[in-house]
Amino acid sequence: MNMMMEAHSRNLDVANGRVDLSHGAGGRAMGELIEGIFHKAFDNIWLRAGNDQSAFTVPGGRMVMSTDGYVVSPLFFPGGNIGSLAVHGTINDIAMAAARPLYLSASFIIEEGFPLADLERIAESMGSASRGAGVPIITGDTKVVERGKADGVFISTSGVGVVPDGLDLRADAARPGDAVILSGSIGDHGIAVMSKRENLEFDAAVVSDSAALNGLVAAMVEAGGRQIRLMRDPTRGGIAATLNEIASQSKVGFHIDEEAIPVKPEVTAACELLGLDPLNVANEGKLVAVAAPEGAKAILAAMRAHPLGREAAVVGHVVADDDCFVQMSTSFGGGRIVDWLSGEQLPRIC
Amino acid sequence: MKYIDEYRNGRLTHDIARQIASTADPARSYHFMEFCGGHTHVISRYGLEDLLPDNVRMVHGPGCPVCVLPIGRIGAAIALAMRPEITLCTYGDLMRVRDRNGWSLLKAKAAGADIRMVYSTLDALRIAEAEPQREVVFFAIGFETTTPPTALALKTAIARKLGNFSIFCNHVVTPAAIHSILESPDVREFGTIKIDGFIGPAHVSAVIGTKPYEFFAEKFRKPVVVAGFEPLDVIQAVLMLLRQINDGRHVVENQYIRAVTRLGNVKAQAEVANFFEPRESFEWRGLGELRLSGLRLRPQYAAYDAEKRFSMVTFRAEDNPACECGSILRGVKKPADCKLFGRVCTPDTPIGSCMVSSEGACAAHWTYGRFRTKARQSDAGRAVA
Repeated sequence: MNMMMEAHSRNLDVANGRVDLSHGAGGRAMGELIEGIFHKAFDNIWLRAGNDQSAFTVPGGRMVMSTDGYVVSPLFFPGGNIGSLAVHGTINDIAMAAARPLYLSASFIIEEGFPLADLERIAESMGSASRGAGVPIITGDTKVVERGKADGVFISTSGVGVVPDGLDLRADAARPGDAVILSGSIGDHGIAVMSKRENLEFDAAVVSDSAALNGLVAAMVEAGGRQIRLMRDPTRGGIAATLNEIASQSKVGFHIDEEAIPVKPEVTAACELLGLDPLNVANEGKLVAVAAPEGAKAILAAMRAHPLGREAAVVGHVVADDDCFVQMSTSFGGGRIVDWLSGEQLPRIC
Repeated sequence: MKYIDEYRNGRLTHDIARQIASTADPARSYHFMEFCGGHTHVISRYGLEDLLPDNVRMVHGPGCPVCVLPIGRIGAAIALAMRPEITLCTYGDLMRVRDRNGWSLLKAKAAGADIRMVYSTLDALRIAEAEPQREVVFFAIGFETTTPPTALALKTAIARKLGNFSIFCNHVVTPAAIHSILESPDVREFGTIKIDGFIGPAHVSAVIGTKPYEFFAEKFRKPVVVAGFEPLDVIQAVLMLLRQINDGRHVVENQYIRAVTRLGNVKAQAEVANFFEPRESFEWRGLGELRLSGLRLRPQYAAYDAEKRFSMVTFRAEDNPACECGSILRGVKKPADCKLFGRVCTPDTPIGSCMVSSEGACAAHWTYGRFRTKARQSDAGRAVA
């Protein structure tokens, strides 16, 4: 444990206390907050060293780096909270390069008055998520802003990872004939969050799918790494945005099959209620992979053998299309486009 | 999912599609207008057009309340919301509609206006109760479906003596719009567009019943089938219309018997009549002024009428002259016939009313069906070659 940290008097009242401006002022209170909540929750040898940075070993290969900010509302939702989400999200962004995530950083902007007990819950879930994924949080930062200048807590996480030799996944690599594989049911995260949103609360038996996908990706890479053209985690904007993004980057089109896309009945029901399309709803523990046709079978089998890929399915294929349309065969035998969402997804009035 | 899956049964849909194919007389063509934006959305989202024979075509009608709200009234709402004492509550899909200056409620909110998206009139009431120092205005729009909840909000506000709650009323009525389409020169005289029958609104009819359409069916000799919003409802309604036409009948039929009766929800109608009265005339975006087509609060409720309480001024604002929304809303033209469609007018940059809401004919075609335009162009190109 850092000697300077140990020197602080331990008077952090986590059960009843609230974050105040002194917790971000760089003095003793800030030390207490960092030690009493973050270091305790993330505990590892790098943090114990007590530096403003962490030195770490870099294995051979190509490095990847990613960063993301988390401003989710509400902060706590069925199946997770902003903390676990911030860990899973950055791990997944790194894993989508077929990389092995190595280390994370975490930066907090906390609103004055935020309950310490909630901060502790968030930090503990981050520690648990990072340990579960085998990716330690080795450095961080804390700022406290005045009441009204943030929405409880904002978290930024960054991460680094290393890509196994011989793999180079690129956004423009999809080719006509390639298979599109989805790792599981869609829309769970978005509906879980919406079910707890102010003015919209409804009872839904849906929990967020928030999860670290690095283990699933490692299994896919082992089964057919060189056959994987590219991967994406379909977060905000759902699989509709993800497929459109890949289509425009690879200058191809997609044909997908509505019946092959798993959607939980509870998610379908909530989407009906709110006038939303599950294809546009966010996910936090799913991936879409585009794979060469000869490798699709082995990759799919490896995914189905992993707990996070049991429902994996080939949901369509890549086609040549100058317009980069994502087309879908509906369950009625008709056809439609699956488009980007225009602006924010807003419920219809009737 | 109970009460949903039954109406999305692919096998049944194909059975009905086969019956439609065998019922449609190859020697004639059939044009059916779905009045309601909800039907337009379903037809596009489920690709139902692909299941119809070439001589059975759907014509998209004007039934989207967001689409037909004139931009002058959006401008008036924005001006009101910019006043410091006002909290404007609105349904989400109004947020992106732009006024004549290119402003929207979304932009006004970013500029500091207190605009809150609500999911029901009761949310607006709750805000008024929780924040008595604010003047809370509910921006009310919609057809007969959303008018009863507005009446309920008004009734509740009066009962609770909420002095800081008022309504900016933009409710419109369906029969006036149907009448306008059937009386339009394009349909009556020019023969530019053929409308052989109507798919009547679902939720609207749950309130007003099927009786109001009997006049149109008789006077204009056009069959009407009131249908629900599920894909099977819509395709069954097409079959019912085909059968009426082949038989030379023109009556009102009710496909949506699980929710609609001939007289409708009489209690809701009475509540609406208690609080609202028809306006002499109301502007519909793309259709112009339509007589007795809009509602306002009765004079005795002037204290709750935002237009009077805040002396609101609404301007008549013209759409872009190149915009073909007026013709598209009357079924005279299709979205892809408009020069602006997909070029400067998209769901991200809507110019006309039909692109404004996701239920508008142009937005539905752009979002779900624009690949068909490309396919038709390719077919035409091959034919020429």
